[in-house]
Amino acid sequence: MLGREKKEHQSYIEIVLFICALLCVAAVVIITIFVLVSALPLFKEVRLSDFLFSTHWLPTSRKDPGFGILSFIIGSLYVTFGALVIAVPLGIATAIFLAEMSTPKMAEVLGSAVQLLAGIPSVIYGFFGVMVIAPKVRQLFGGSGYSVMSASIVLAIMILPTIISISEVAISAVPKGYKEASLSLGASKWQTIFKVILPAARPGILASIGLGIGRAVGETTAVLMVGGNAPIMPKGLTSMVRTLTMNIATDMGYASGLHRTALFATGGVLFVFIMLLNIFVQVIQKKVKKDI
Amino acid sequence: MIKKYLIWMATIITIGILVAILGYMLVNGLKFVVEDEDGIINFLFQAPKKAGKEGGISTIIANTIFMIVLTLIFCVPIGLGASIYISEYAGQRRSVTAIKFSIDTLAGIPSIIFGLFGFIFFSNYLKLGVGLLSGSLTLSIMVLPTIIKTSVEAINAVPISYREGSLALGATKWDTVKRVVLPSALPGILAGVVLAIGRIIGETAALTFTMGTDYRLADSLSSSARVLSTHLYLLTKEGISFERAFATANVLIIIILIINMASNRLIKRRTIVDE
Repeated sequence: MLGREKKEHQSYIEIVLFICALLCVAAVVIITIFVLVSALPLFKEVRLSDFLFSTHWLPTSRKDPGFGILSFIIGSLYVTFGALVIAVPLGIATAIFLAEMSTPKMAEVLGSAVQLLAGIPSVIYGFFGVMVIAPKVRQLFGGSGYSVMSASIVLAIMILPTIISISEVAISAVPKGYKEASLSLGASKWQTIFKVILPAARPGILASIGLGIGRAVGETTAVLMVGGNAPIMPKGLTSMVRTLTMNIATDMGYASGLHRTALFATGGVLFVFIMLLNIFVQVIQKKVKKDI
Repeated sequence: MIKKYLIWMATIITIGILVAILGYMLVNGLKFVVEDEDGIINFLFQAPKKAGKEGGISTIIANTIFMIVLTLIFCVPIGLGASIYISEYAGQRRSVTAIKFSIDTLAGIPSIIFGLFGFIFFSNYLKLGVGLLSGSLTLSIMVLPTIIKTSVEAINAVPISYREGSLALGATKWDTVKRVVLPSALPGILAGVVLAIGRIIGETAALTFTMGTDYRLADSLSSSARVLSTHLYLLTKEGISFERAFATANVLIIIILIINMASNRLIKRRTIVDE
């Protein structure tokens, strides 16, 4: 039997624990409000369409100030697409190997390698990019080496672990019966993998790509080190590039007034994009759970 | 059969990338960490001079430790409290959906947005300035999902019979949580904390405008402080010293390797306890 005092004590504890959990919700709400509200003053002076669809970025100019971030939006999409082209085939193939072809011992070693790859800080990838990848790109393709291509390669390495681990889970979660049914109908192992298992695992694989896109678009330090950071529209793979994240990180230290607000607004654009992507991924993952 | 070779090749490339990065770093920088111009492991124990062009990284290591401790002070109690609520108290309540959604959302927000938010909210709105405190508060929100996800998993893995046994003996729910559930979930919870430390050490983008880049020893909560990752970033970006950048990168990599092993050990121990 619980004494009344003890019962009260119990409910206090529950309230404290509930507040801890509620702080996570509060954090998301406060982040959303502060990031978006700090961006608003910009739109008293600059039209939204001029902000999103102009490449004219001269925030410190007295005569002809410009706050257009189109080049950086395109830059972000460009390096992210480049990273996906490399990382998606590589990642899915490695996931297939892990789930379908490796022995348990091999899977364990590979799994910890992937985990280690995920744990390496982005500044190390950036440093490796500066020392190895950018010089190689310069040597092979010309230009300065600090380019869309270098940024895409570095990002591809960084999103590989995300794509591998989540795709692997999705592939392993395909019911054994599917595979057995396909094999017993006379399909080969490869037909089974490509025609039965991969289609069944498609939502999970899509979620892994979605999370990879989120990581690539949001990555700052590594691309800042290898992308060149010139505030221009990227013209090709060897052209320098500035992404949304780089734009925030570069000027934040000294910007003031409308310039600073424009950086907050850049953050707002990135934030809205990431939120939409997150919702997309969570909807898919919910669907995966329901299907299994 | 070509498909088989392609898949083998992809896997080998993935492993090759990891080996290449680690190998390249260790080959080029480990020697300097072990012995620089002034003596054996001098690099770790001497203060940096001339923005890192000369000297070692002792003050930067100290600042990194301050940052880790401070961040954990904020995020471990809150994270643990939230995990206990989610797995032991919430049940099927509707609030759990909102809480879980928030945690997934926090996990997906890029670090530069946390940096921006920390700068707007902690540094300017709450007037905490640019320093250790603002930086650590920002990081503690950022690593909350890491701690909560691993802790919830660890707590859920504790067999129900443990709880039933304790309750049947007359213990209250909180006593059961405190004396039965948490002790057996401890290795898993620690693994989460260790992973969080890994993320804290590796972070750069969220810190440059919330914590600052002063390479001297931080002497108060509001003093600007440079940590290992920001040091490596600035050494490379400003071309101050590649030798010392390599050495700093190696120190970071070695810490990350240790963290990885530690968390794997802890997670393994949990599974053994379960069996």
